Parts: sequence; C-alpha cells; structure tokens
Amino acid sequence: MANGNTVAENFYHQSTNKHKGILSWLLTVDHKRIGLMYLVSVLTFFLVGVIIGILMRLELIAPGKQLMEAQTYNSLFTLHGVIMIFLFIIPGLPAVFGNFFLPIQLGARDVAFPRLNLLSWYVYVVGAILALVSLFLPGGPIDTGWTFYVPYSVRSTTNVSLAIFAAFILGFSSILTGINFVTTVHRLRAPGMSFFKMPLFVWATYATAWIQIIATPVVGITILLVMIERAFGVGIFDPALGGDPILFQHLFWIYSHPAVYIMILPAMGVVSEIIPTFSRRTIFGYRAIAMSSLAIAFVGYLVWAHHMFTSGMSDTARWIFSLLTFIVALPSGVKVFNWVATMYKGSIDPKPQFLWVMKFIFLFSIGGLTGLVLGSLATDIHVHDTYFVVAHFHYVMFGGTGTIFFAALHYWFPKMFGKMYNDRLARIAVALYFIGFNMLYFPKFILGYMGMPRRYYDYLPQFEPLQRISTVGSWILAGTIFFIIGYLIHALVKGKKATSNPWGGVTLEWHIPSPPPLENFKEIPTVTHEPYDFSQLKEMKNE
Amino acid sequence: MENHTTKSHHPGYSTYFFVWLALLAFTSITVTVAGISLGKYTMLVALGIAAIKSALVINIFMHIKFEEKIFKVFLALSFFTLLIIFILTSFDIIYR
Repeated sequence: MANGNTVAENFYHQSTNKHKGILSWLLTVDHKRIGLMYLVSVLTFFLVGVIIGILMRLELIAPGKQLMEAQTYNSLFTLHGVIMIFLFIIPGLPAVFGNFFLPIQLGARDVAFPRLNLLSWYVYVVGAILALVSLFLPGGPIDTGWTFYVPYSVRSTTNVSLAIFAAFILGFSSILTGINFVTTVHRLRAPGMSFFKMPLFVWATYATAWIQIIATPVVGITILLVMIERAFGVGIFDPALGGDPILFQHLFWIYSHPAVYIMILPAMGVVSEIIPTFSRRTIFGYRAIAMSSLAIAFVGYLVWAHHMFTSGMSDTARWIFSLLTFIVALPSGVKVFNWVATMYKGSIDPKPQFLWVMKFIFLFSIGGLTGLVLGSLATDIHVHDTYFVVAHFHYVMFGGTGTIFFAALHYWFPKMFGKMYNDRLARIAVALYFIGFNMLYFPKFILGYMGMPRRYYDYLPQFEPLQRISTVGSWILAGTIFFIIGYLIHALVKGKKATSNPWGGVTLEWHIPSPPPLENFKEIPTVTHEPYDFSQLKEMKNE
Repeated sequence: MENHTTKSHHPGYSTYFFVWLALLAFTSITVTVAGISLGKYTMLVALGIAAIKSALVINIFMHIKFEEKIFKVFLALSFFTLLIIFILTSFDIIYR
C-alpha cells in the first residue's frame, strides 16, 4: 500500500457522523479520533501536573516559607499526585496509543465497541471536571495525598468526598477501555493473526486491559466505603468508630499496585515495538516477552502489601509480601534481557525514538533496582516515607512510563498526523530531558537516605544544596517538555509530509497511509508474516 | 469470527422467579445469622451465603451457565484472583 492517499482519504477528513467541525469530533466513534481526543486531554492535565510540580519545587528551593502556606503545599502535592496518576499516567498509553494503534495492529477497522469507546472518553472528562470542581468549592482542595489514607481522609474537612468520587468515575473510564480492548483482541483479529502473531504492544495492552477490568472495581468499592464512612459515620476504616485503617491500605493497594502495571506494561509494549524497528532485527524471545507481560500482570496482584511494611500489619504478611515482591523482577528481567539481545548484532539506527528507549532502560533500571531496596524489609524501614521513595517511583513512573509516552509520541507521530518533526531538535530534547530528569530526581535518593521525609513543607538547612539542585533540574525538565510540545506543534503546522513508513517498521500500521484512512484498511489484510519479520520490507517498498 | 452461535438458552420465567425467591431466602438467612454469635465462623458463613447468591446471579441472570467456554474461563480467572487476594490478606489478619 503506497502512501498515495489524497487529503480527503484520511480520517481527519472522513467523519463517522454527518456533522462537521468540532461536533464531528465530539460525536465520533472512530478509534483514531478518540485516541487523539484522549491525547489532547491527557497532555493538558499532564501540563497542569507539571506546573504544580514546578510550584512545589519553587517552594522547596530554600528552607522556610517561600511562595505558599503549608496547607496550600499539602493540597498541591495531593493534586500533583491525583492528576499525574489518574488523569495522565493510567490513561496515557492505553487510552491514547492503545486506542489509536491496537485495532490497526490487529488488522481491524475499529475497536469492538466504538460507542463504548467514546463513552469512556466522556466518563474520563466528567471525572476530570469533578476533580477540578472539588478545588473551588467551600472546604477547599483535598489535602490527603493521592493515596487518600484513612483515618485522615475520613476526618479531613477538605473536599475529600467529591475528589475521591472523581477517582471513582475515572475508574469506570479505565474499565470500559479494558473491556473494549480485551474483546477487540479476541474478536477482531485479521485472518492469519493468531495470538502469537500479534505485535508485542498488543500483547502488553491486552495484559493491561485485564488488570483494568479485574483490579479497578476494588478501588471503586473502597472509595465508596470511605464516602459512606464520611457521610454516615459508619465505622469501616476509622479506628475511633471501630474500623480498621489497615484494611483501607490493603484495599487501596490491591488496586493501586496492579495499577502500577497498568502504567508500565503498555510502556514495555512500546519498547518492544521500537527496538526491533531501529535494530532491523526480529525481536529476541517473542513468546517470552509476550508471556512475561501476562506474568507481570498476574504477579502484580500478589505484592500490594509491600507498600505497607511500616503500617503495622503482621510480621508474617511482611516477609511473605517481601518475598513475593522479588518475583516481579523475573518477568521484568526477561523483558530487559530480550530487548538487549534483540539489539545484539542488529543494524542499529539511533534515531531519537531509539534514544528515548535507551534512556528508558537506563532510568527504569535505576527505578527497578532501588525498588529492591524498598522491597527488602530491613532497608525499607530505614527509608520508608522519605524522598528515597519519591525518587524511586518517579524513576519508575516518569522515567519509565513518562519517557515512553514521549518515545511513543515520537515513534507514531508521523503515522498519527502525517507530518515529520525536526530530527535534530528531537535529539536535543532527548539529551536535555535526561539531564533535567536526573538533576531533579537523583538528589532525592540521597536526601531520602539522609532522612528527608516526603510530603514535608519545610526542611533542615543541611538539605538545602541538594534541594536546590533538584529545583534547578525541575526547570530544565519542564522547559524540555514545553520545548518538545513546541516543536511537535510546529511540525503539525509546517512539518514535511510523512511517508507511510518513515522508520522502516513492519507491523500493520506501517502498511497503511499516514495518516490512516477512516476504517484503516480498504480490505482487511491477511497476515502471513511473523510480527517482526523484516524480510517484508522489500515487499512493502514494492507495494 | 462468525462462528459465534446464537442458540437460545433462555430459561423460563418460572426459573427466574424461583431464583429470585432463593435470593430473597438467602438474604433473610444472612440477616438472621448476623444476629447469632458464631464466633470465628461468622465471616465464613456470611461469605458462603454470599458466594451461593453470586453463583445464582452469575449463572442464571447473567447467563454464564449458557455461554461459551471462554467466558467461563475468564470468570474462573477473576475468581482465582479474588481467592488469592483473600488468602494473602488473611496472612495479615490471622497473624496480626
């Protein structure tokens, strides 16, 4: 399929409804448009989260009050967490890139339930609006931290109920997306596309979808119980009312730990797409990587209480969960070793997307290895609730999923928008992001080890130099993010037209024009090749 | 994937009615048992009754009994996950 599509043949100009302009988008059932609507929403909230992060770092540039009161700081770190977790990183990769590329990579015209797909976006928007409304109502913004721990969340006079209800609604959006993806994978694969011919991004998104379906209801119920306790004074979690606060932590992390894998698994899927494309070599250990996604999804259910080692739960539970935690390293290691083995003797083309992935492996490895410090009982007791934990999860979440969000955006940008961006600017962004990221977060490992507690508004004078380095790092990182968005918007307006396969990929999205037509394929393709068989490239050039 | 058969397996109204009655009966048993002190078996009995009620709803009202095998496999997977969560949580509750 050559890139001979005329302007009118792509999905930007073909609508699934009779409307034009903004209505044709708001009422669309096209998975690609819905993916883009998610992209705009998710990026908007991400930037809000970034700005809140910068404000927090500015407050911490020196000891004592700088910009805001302590109560404002408490609300800001809660909002930063809620926005980044529930509005950016959980929906980020599945809802944006999963929506756009999962049906195409399967050889389908759309997801199984297109209307449900649109509904999931509206549910997301309603949840986000409620979260924002909760900031401005009497009572003030929520100040519990994003984990909503009881008994404080039951007793706080801020707008906890509305904010957590927003999280409850956002959970439904996640469940609907999960149901859609599982059904699409089972029902809409193209002829010849057996399970073991599916691209690894599809495998990862499939495993993620299962976690979305099975784990999310747990947090939904937990949130409802907190709301009931706040509204009616029923003693469920508050010990003053006869409740059990550790039960809340169990229920919360039964969802929120698997949610970590909702965040990271699709990122690992993107890595498994980018590395073969830029190594010009079929992926090493395809089945092992596919199965390790399922294994991570499963083992992710067994480790939640490693967030609770100092909460007062039983010693037996502590060592059992510590032991189970180390098992996650196995499937994660399978992936990393297979990625590295794929590059071995490959014809590596270090394009920016590939460099983003290299950076991911580096940052994620630091995040993963410091996770071992936290997974061990003795060392966890020393560094729990310190900046060490903050640094660890930022390396995993932002260094991992956040980095891959940008990698995916750079990898699929030509396909999504039909335009090319400036390669040189993209390389500069990779370097600046790396410098800013490590300046911002690495000092936190040292600060945490020295005893700086997380979520504190003020600190001892000896922490000032490292706090200051961290704040300067936040300026570099945030500046880079705005720089990236700037050159991508410039590329949208003035970029060169993209060919159908600018990077030499072989999965199905690279067989169709950029941007894809409505319903993706003129004829549903019959899949005869393995997903990363680069001998197809010659045939594709002839098409 | 057009081999999805649409055989009609709908149970009659009488089945729905009797299942509904059974659910009401189990609810009243739950309420009654809550007033009797069963010690450490209280939770076990409550969970047992809830499990029977869920099985009735899932099999009859939600039609799983009449569905393809793959749906049953997925449901079993969810139950298995739930069971693991119960067992692992019990390591805290029992030994605290």
